[in-house]
Amino acid sequence: MALLDILVYPDERLKKISQPVKEFSDNLKQFILNLEETFRSFPGCVGIAAPQVGRFERVVLVDISHKPQHENHGFLILVNPKISSSAGSNVGREGCLSVPDYTGKVERSVSITLEALNEKGEKKVFQMKGYEARAVQHEIDHLDGKLFLDRLVSRRNALSKRIELST
Amino acid sequence: MENWLMLTLVGKDRAGIVAKISQALFDLNGNLGETSMTRLGGNFTIMLMVCVPEKKSVVQKKLQTICDELELFFHLDEIEGELHQHIEPDVRISIHGADQAGIVARATGSLAEAGLNILNLESDVGGHPDSPVYVMHIEGVAGMGLVNLEKALQKFSRENDVVARMAPIDTMVG
Ligand SMILES: [Zn+2]
Repeated sequence: MALLDILVYPDERLKKISQPVKEFSDNLKQFILNLEETFRSFPGCVGIAAPQVGRFERVVLVDISHKPQHENHGFLILVNPKISSSAGSNVGREGCLSVPDYTGKVERSVSITLEALNEKGEKKVFQMKGYEARAVQHEIDHLDGKLFLDRLVSRRNALSKRIELST
Repeated sequence: MENWLMLTLVGKDRAGIVAKISQALFDLNGNLGETSMTRLGGNFTIMLMVCVPEKKSVVQKKLQTICDELELFFHLDEIEGELHQHIEPDVRISIHGADQAGIVARATGSLAEAGLNILNLESDVGGHPDSPVYVMHIEGVAGMGLVNLEKALQKFSRENDVVARMAPIDTMVG
Protein backbone atom coordinates (compact mmCIF):
# COMPACT_ATOMS: atom_id res chain seq x y z
CA MET A 1 0.00 0.00 0.00
CA ALA A 2 1.08 3.54 -0.58
CA LEU A 3 -0.12 7.08 -0.06
CA LEU A 4 -0.73 8.85 -3.37
CA ASP A 5 -0.05 12.53 -4.03
CA ILE A 6 -3.10 14.76 -4.39
CA LEU A 7 -3.21 17.09 -7.39
CA VAL A 8 -3.92 20.62 -6.25
CA TYR A 9 -5.69 23.33 -8.23
CA PRO A 10 -4.66 25.13 -10.48
CA ASP A 11 -3.06 21.91 -11.76
CA GLU A 12 -4.43 21.61 -15.30
CA ARG A 13 -4.73 17.85 -14.98
CA LEU A 14 -7.77 18.31 -12.72
CA LYS A 15 -9.63 19.43 -15.85
CA LYS A 16 -9.02 16.18 -17.71
CA ILE A 17 -11.96 13.89 -18.41
CA SER A 18 -11.46 10.42 -16.99
CA GLN A 19 -12.03 7.27 -19.03
CA PRO A 20 -14.35 4.39 -18.10
CA VAL A 21 -12.76 1.36 -16.46
CA LYS A 22 -12.80 -1.55 -18.90
CA GLU A 23 -10.85 -4.20 -17.06
CA PHE A 24 -11.08 -5.24 -13.42
CA SER A 25 -7.41 -6.14 -13.14
CA ASP A 26 -5.16 -6.72 -10.14
CA ASN A 27 -3.61 -3.39 -10.96
CA LEU A 28 -7.00 -1.71 -10.50
CA LYS A 29 -7.55 -3.58 -7.22
CA GLN A 30 -4.17 -2.42 -5.93
CA PHE A 31 -4.89 1.14 -7.05
CA ILE A 32 -8.22 1.15 -5.20
CA LEU A 33 -6.43 0.02 -2.01
CA ASN A 34 -3.92 2.85 -2.37
CA LEU A 35 -6.69 5.33 -3.12
CA GLU A 36 -8.53 4.21 0.01
CA GLU A 37 -5.41 4.53 2.14
CA THR A 38 -4.87 8.03 0.76
CA PHE A 39 -8.53 8.91 1.39
CA ARG A 40 -8.35 7.64 5.00
CA SER A 41 -5.30 9.80 5.64
CA PHE A 42 -7.52 12.90 5.49
CA PRO A 43 -9.83 12.79 8.49
CA GLY A 44 -13.14 14.53 7.85
CA CYS A 45 -12.92 13.93 4.13
CA VAL A 46 -15.94 12.04 2.72
CA GLY A 47 -14.88 11.21 -0.82
CA ILE A 48 -12.07 11.02 -3.32
CA ALA A 49 -11.90 10.56 -7.07
CA ALA A 50 -9.13 8.77 -9.00
CA PRO A 51 -8.18 11.84 -11.08
CA GLN A 52 -7.38 13.69 -7.84
CA VAL A 53 -4.34 11.43 -7.57
CA GLY A 54 -3.56 11.62 -11.29
CA ARG A 55 -5.22 8.39 -12.46
CA PHE A 56 -7.76 9.34 -15.10
CA GLU A 57 -10.16 6.45 -14.73
CA ARG A 58 -13.76 6.61 -13.55
CA VAL A 59 -13.31 5.42 -9.96
CA VAL A 60 -14.50 7.22 -6.84
CA LEU A 61 -14.70 6.36 -3.17
CA VAL A 62 -17.33 7.79 -0.85
CA ASP A 63 -17.75 7.15 2.87
CA ILE A 64 -19.81 9.28 5.20
CA SER A 65 -20.46 6.55 7.77
CA HIS A 66 -18.52 8.62 10.33
CA LYS A 67 -21.30 11.23 10.06
CA PRO A 68 -24.25 9.10 11.19
CA GLN A 69 -26.56 12.12 11.26
CA HIS A 70 -26.67 11.78 7.47
CA GLU A 71 -28.35 8.76 5.85
CA ASN A 72 -25.72 6.75 4.03
CA HIS A 73 -24.77 3.48 2.39
CA GLY A 74 -21.45 3.04 4.20
CA PHE A 75 -18.15 2.77 2.38
CA LEU A 76 -18.71 2.80 -1.39
CA ILE A 77 -16.33 1.91 -4.18
CA LEU A 78 -17.96 3.29 -7.30
CA VAL A 79 -16.59 2.34 -10.70
CA ASN A 80 -18.01 4.01 -13.82
CA PRO A 81 -20.69 5.75 -11.70
CA LYS A 82 -23.62 7.31 -13.49
CA ILE A 83 -26.51 9.37 -12.16
CA SER A 84 -29.56 8.05 -13.98
CA SER A 85 -32.07 10.43 -12.42
CA SER A 86 -32.05 13.34 -10.03
CA ALA A 87 -34.58 15.55 -8.31
CA GLY A 88 -34.73 18.75 -6.28
CA SER A 89 -31.89 21.11 -5.58
CA ASN A 90 -30.35 22.75 -2.56
CA VAL A 91 -27.31 24.78 -1.66
CA GLY A 92 -24.65 23.41 0.65
CA ARG A 93 -21.08 24.19 1.56
CA GLU A 94 -18.29 22.20 -0.06
CA GLY A 95 -14.55 21.97 0.12
CA CYS A 96 -12.11 19.77 -1.74
CA LEU A 97 -8.77 18.06 -1.09
CA SER A 98 -7.64 19.55 -4.39
CA VAL A 99 -8.61 23.11 -3.35
CA PRO A 100 -7.02 23.77 0.06
CA ASP A 101 -8.13 26.67 2.29
CA TYR A 102 -11.32 27.49 0.41
CA THR A 103 -14.92 26.43 0.82
CA GLY A 104 -17.98 27.72 -0.92
CA LYS A 105 -21.65 27.20 -1.56
CA VAL A 106 -22.70 24.90 -4.34
CA GLU A 107 -26.10 23.95 -5.68
CA ARG A 108 -26.70 20.19 -6.09
CA SER A 109 -29.55 17.79 -6.68
CA VAL A 110 -31.15 16.67 -3.42
CA SER A 111 -31.85 13.07 -4.44
CA ILE A 112 -30.30 10.89 -7.09
CA THR A 113 -30.47 7.41 -8.50
CA LEU A 114 -26.91 6.19 -8.89
CA GLU A 115 -25.76 3.27 -11.01
CA ALA A 116 -22.22 2.01 -10.63
CA LEU A 117 -20.06 -1.07 -10.68
CA ASN A 118 -18.28 -2.23 -7.55
CA GLU A 119 -14.60 -3.22 -7.43
CA LYS A 120 -15.51 -6.68 -8.80
CA GLY A 121 -17.44 -5.27 -11.74
CA GLU A 122 -20.89 -6.06 -10.34
CA LYS A 123 -23.65 -3.58 -11.12
CA LYS A 124 -25.23 -1.75 -8.17
CA VAL A 125 -28.06 0.75 -7.98
CA PHE A 126 -28.46 3.22 -5.11
CA GLN A 127 -31.13 5.72 -4.12
CA MET A 128 -29.41 8.56 -2.30
CA LYS A 129 -30.28 11.92 -0.88
CA GLY A 130 -28.83 14.90 0.91
CA TYR A 131 -25.25 14.86 2.06
CA GLU A 132 -24.34 11.51 0.51
CA ALA A 133 -25.91 12.51 -2.83
CA ARG A 134 -23.93 15.76 -2.66
CA ALA A 135 -20.67 13.89 -2.06
CA VAL A 136 -21.32 11.58 -5.02
CA GLN A 137 -22.12 14.52 -7.32
CA HIS A 138 -18.94 16.29 -6.21
CA GLU A 139 -16.82 13.18 -6.94
CA ILE A 140 -18.45 12.45 -10.31
CA ASP A 141 -17.68 16.06 -11.26
CA HIS A 142 -13.99 15.25 -10.74
CA LEU A 143 -14.33 12.46 -13.33
CA ASP A 144 -15.66 15.04 -15.78
CA GLY A 145 -12.84 17.49 -15.09
CA LYS A 146 -15.00 19.81 -12.96
CA LEU A 147 -14.36 21.30 -9.54
CA PHE A 148 -16.88 22.73 -7.08
CA LEU A 149 -15.35 26.10 -8.01
CA ASP A 150 -17.11 25.72 -11.38
CA ARG A 151 -20.47 25.60 -9.62
CA LEU A 152 -20.17 28.25 -6.90
CA VAL A 153 -23.24 30.21 -5.94
CA SER A 154 -22.27 33.71 -4.83
CA ARG A 155 -23.04 34.78 -1.29
CA ARG A 156 -25.20 37.71 -2.29
CA ASN A 157 -27.13 35.67 -4.83
CA ALA A 158 -27.75 32.97 -2.31
CA LEU A 159 -29.16 35.62 -0.01
CA SER A 160 -31.50 37.14 -2.59
CA LYS A 161 -32.69 33.68 -3.52
CA ARG A 162 -33.72 33.00 0.04
CA ILE A 163 -35.58 36.29 0.19
CA GLU A 164 -37.43 35.37 -3.00
CA LEU A 165 -38.31 31.99 -1.55
CA SER A 166 -39.60 33.44 1.69
CA THR A 167 -42.07 35.81 0.06
CA MET B 1 8.65 40.83 4.41
CA GLU B 2 5.34 41.35 2.63
CA ASN B 3 3.79 44.77 2.87
CA TRP B 4 0.01 44.45 3.24
CA LEU B 5 -2.45 47.32 3.29
CA MET B 6 -6.18 47.37 3.97
CA LEU B 7 -8.02 49.77 1.70
CA THR B 8 -11.40 51.01 2.88
CA LEU B 9 -13.31 52.98 0.28
CA VAL B 10 -16.78 54.43 -0.04
CA GLY B 11 -18.63 56.79 -2.34
CA LYS B 12 -21.65 57.31 -4.51
CA ASP B 13 -22.09 54.29 -6.76
CA ARG B 14 -21.24 54.67 -10.41
CA ALA B 15 -19.93 52.37 -13.13
CA GLY B 16 -16.19 51.68 -13.24
CA ILE B 17 -15.14 52.13 -9.61
CA VAL B 18 -13.78 48.60 -9.21
CA ALA B 19 -12.00 48.67 -12.56
CA LYS B 20 -10.30 52.01 -11.90
CA ILE B 21 -9.23 51.20 -8.33
CA SER B 22 -7.93 47.73 -9.16
CA GLN B 23 -6.09 49.07 -12.21
CA ALA B 24 -4.41 51.72 -10.06
CA LEU B 25 -3.27 49.07 -7.57
CA PHE B 26 -2.08 46.83 -10.40
CA ASP B 27 -0.07 49.76 -11.82
CA LEU B 28 1.72 49.89 -8.45
CA ASN B 29 2.48 46.15 -8.80
CA GLY B 30 -0.09 45.50 -6.10
CA ASN B 31 -1.43 42.03 -5.48
CA LEU B 32 -4.97 41.69 -4.14
CA GLY B 33 -5.84 39.33 -1.30
CA GLU B 34 -9.30 38.83 0.15
CA THR B 35 -11.76 41.56 -0.75
CA SER B 36 -15.34 42.59 -0.22
CA MET B 37 -16.87 44.98 -2.74
CA THR B 38 -20.54 45.69 -2.64
CA ARG B 39 -23.27 48.24 -3.21
CA LEU B 40 -24.93 49.39 0.02
CA GLY B 41 -27.91 51.60 -0.71
CA GLY B 42 -26.74 54.10 -3.31
CA ASN B 43 -23.12 53.78 -2.24
CA PHE B 44 -20.37 51.53 -3.39
CA THR B 45 -18.07 50.12 -0.73
CA ILE B 46 -14.75 48.36 -0.91
CA MET B 47 -12.68 46.67 1.75
CA LEU B 48 -9.67 45.04 0.23
CA MET B 49 -6.30 43.62 1.13
CA VAL B 50 -3.48 44.55 -1.18
CA CYS B 51 0.17 43.57 -1.01
CA VAL B 52 2.36 46.30 -2.54
CA PRO B 53 6.09 46.79 -2.88
CA GLU B 54 5.54 50.57 -2.56
CA LYS B 55 5.26 52.49 0.70
CA LYS B 56 1.82 53.43 2.00
CA SER B 57 2.42 57.08 1.11
CA VAL B 58 2.97 56.20 -2.55
CA VAL B 59 -0.27 54.21 -2.69
CA GLN B 60 -2.05 57.01 -0.86
CA LYS B 61 -0.95 59.55 -3.46
CA LYS B 62 -1.91 57.42 -6.44
CA LEU B 63 -5.37 56.59 -5.05
CA GLN B 64 -5.98 60.20 -4.01
CA THR B 65 -5.91 61.37 -7.63
CA ILE B 66 -8.42 58.72 -8.77
CA CYS B 67 -10.67 59.08 -5.75
CA ASP B 68 -10.81 62.87 -6.13
CA GLU B 69 -11.90 62.37 -9.70
CA LEU B 70 -14.55 59.77 -8.77
CA GLU B 71 -15.61 61.58 -5.56
CA LEU B 72 -14.71 58.65 -3.33
CA PHE B 73 -13.43 58.61 0.24
CA PHE B 74 -10.77 56.14 1.19
CA HIS B 75 -8.46 55.10 3.97
CA LEU B 76 -5.34 52.91 4.09
CA ASP B 77 -4.08 50.87 7.04
CA GLU B 78 -0.97 48.77 7.38
CA ILE B 79 -2.04 45.25 8.32
CA GLU B 80 -0.78 41.69 8.75
CA GLY B 81 -1.55 39.59 5.65
CA GLU B 82 -2.75 36.38 7.30
CA LEU B 83 -4.00 34.78 4.11
CA HIS B 84 -4.66 31.03 3.91
CA GLN B 85 -6.09 30.95 7.41
CA HIS B 86 -9.80 30.70 6.71
CA ILE B 87 -11.99 29.72 9.62
CA GLU B 88 -14.83 27.38 8.67
CA PRO B 89 -18.30 28.41 9.83
CA ASP B 90 -20.32 25.66 11.51
CA VAL B 91 -23.64 27.46 11.74
CA ARG B 92 -25.91 29.59 9.59
CA ILE B 93 -28.55 31.87 11.06
CA SER B 94 -31.30 33.75 9.28
CA ILE B 95 -33.47 36.34 10.97
CA HIS B 96 -36.27 38.34 9.42
CA GLY B 97 -39.18 40.45 10.54
CA ALA B 98 -40.63 43.93 10.60
CA ASP B 99 -37.79 46.42 10.86
CA GLN B 100 -37.26 47.67 14.40
CA ALA B 101 -34.69 49.87 16.07
CA GLY B 102 -31.79 48.01 17.64
CA ILE B 103 -32.58 44.63 16.11
CA VAL B 104 -28.99 43.93 15.02
CA ALA B 105 -27.58 44.95 18.38
CA ARG B 106 -30.03 42.74 20.27
CA ALA B 107 -29.62 39.78 17.93
CA THR B 108 -25.84 39.84 17.86
CA GLY B 109 -25.71 40.60 21.59
CA SER B 110 -27.74 37.49 22.48
CA LEU B 111 -25.81 35.36 20.03
CA ALA B 112 -22.40 36.58 21.23
CA GLU B 113 -23.41 35.74 24.79
CA ALA B 114 -24.27 32.22 23.60
CA GLY B 115 -20.78 31.86 22.10
CA LEU B 116 -21.24 32.88 18.47
CA ASN B 117 -18.22 34.20 16.63
CA ILE B 118 -19.50 35.96 13.49
CA LEU B 119 -17.49 35.36 10.33
CA ASN B 120 -19.92 36.94 7.91
CA LEU B 121 -23.05 39.01 8.34
CA GLU B 122 -25.17 40.45 5.61
CA SER B 123 -28.32 42.36 6.26
CA ASP B 124 -30.76 44.05 4.03
CA VAL B 125 -33.89 46.15 4.27
CA GLY B 126 -36.62 45.14 1.89
CA GLY B 127 -40.39 45.22 1.79
CA HIS B 128 -42.46 48.33 1.22
CA PRO B 129 -40.99 51.69 2.31
CA ASP B 130 -43.99 52.14 4.66
CA SER B 131 -43.45 48.80 6.33
CA PRO B 132 -39.81 47.83 5.88
CA VAL B 133 -38.68 44.29 6.47
CA TYR B 134 -35.30 43.49 7.94
CA VAL B 135 -33.43 40.41 6.75
CA MET B 136 -30.21 39.27 8.32
CA HIS B 137 -28.03 36.37 7.39
CA ILE B 138 -25.12 35.28 9.56
CA GLU B 139 -22.49 32.61 9.28
CA GLY B 140 -20.22 31.86 12.18
CA VAL B 141 -18.70 29.49 14.67
CA ALA B 142 -20.76 28.31 17.63
CA GLY B 143 -18.02 28.51 20.25
CA MET B 144 -20.27 27.16 23.04
CA GLY B 145 -22.10 24.60 20.93
CA LEU B 146 -25.20 24.60 18.75
CA VAL B 147 -27.63 23.74 21.55
CA ASN B 148 -26.71 26.86 23.52
CA LEU B 149 -27.00 28.97 20.43
CA GLU B 150 -30.38 27.55 19.42
CA LYS B 151 -31.77 28.31 22.88
CA ALA B 152 -30.53 31.89 22.75
CA LEU B 153 -31.89 32.34 19.23
CA GLN B 154 -35.36 31.04 20.10
CA LYS B 155 -35.51 33.29 23.16
CA PHE B 156 -34.46 36.26 21.04
CA SER B 157 -37.04 35.35 18.41
CA ARG B 158 -39.91 35.20 20.95
CA GLU B 159 -38.94 38.40 22.73
CA ASN B 160 -38.53 40.41 19.53
CA ASP B 161 -41.27 38.89 17.39
CA VAL B 162 -39.00 38.01 14.49
CA VAL B 163 -38.56 34.77 12.60
CA ALA B 164 -35.21 33.19 13.36
CA ARG B 165 -33.83 29.99 11.95
CA MET B 166 -30.52 28.31 12.37
CA ALA B 167 -28.96 25.33 10.65
CA PRO B 168 -25.64 23.61 11.15
CA ILE B 169 -23.14 23.98 8.32
CA ASP B 170 -21.56 20.63 7.63
CA THR B 171 -19.00 21.34 4.94
CA MET B 172 -18.68 18.39 2.58
CA VAL B 173 -15.01 17.84 1.73
CA GLY B 174 -14.25 15.46 -1.10
ZN1 LIG C 1 -13.08 17.38 -4.60
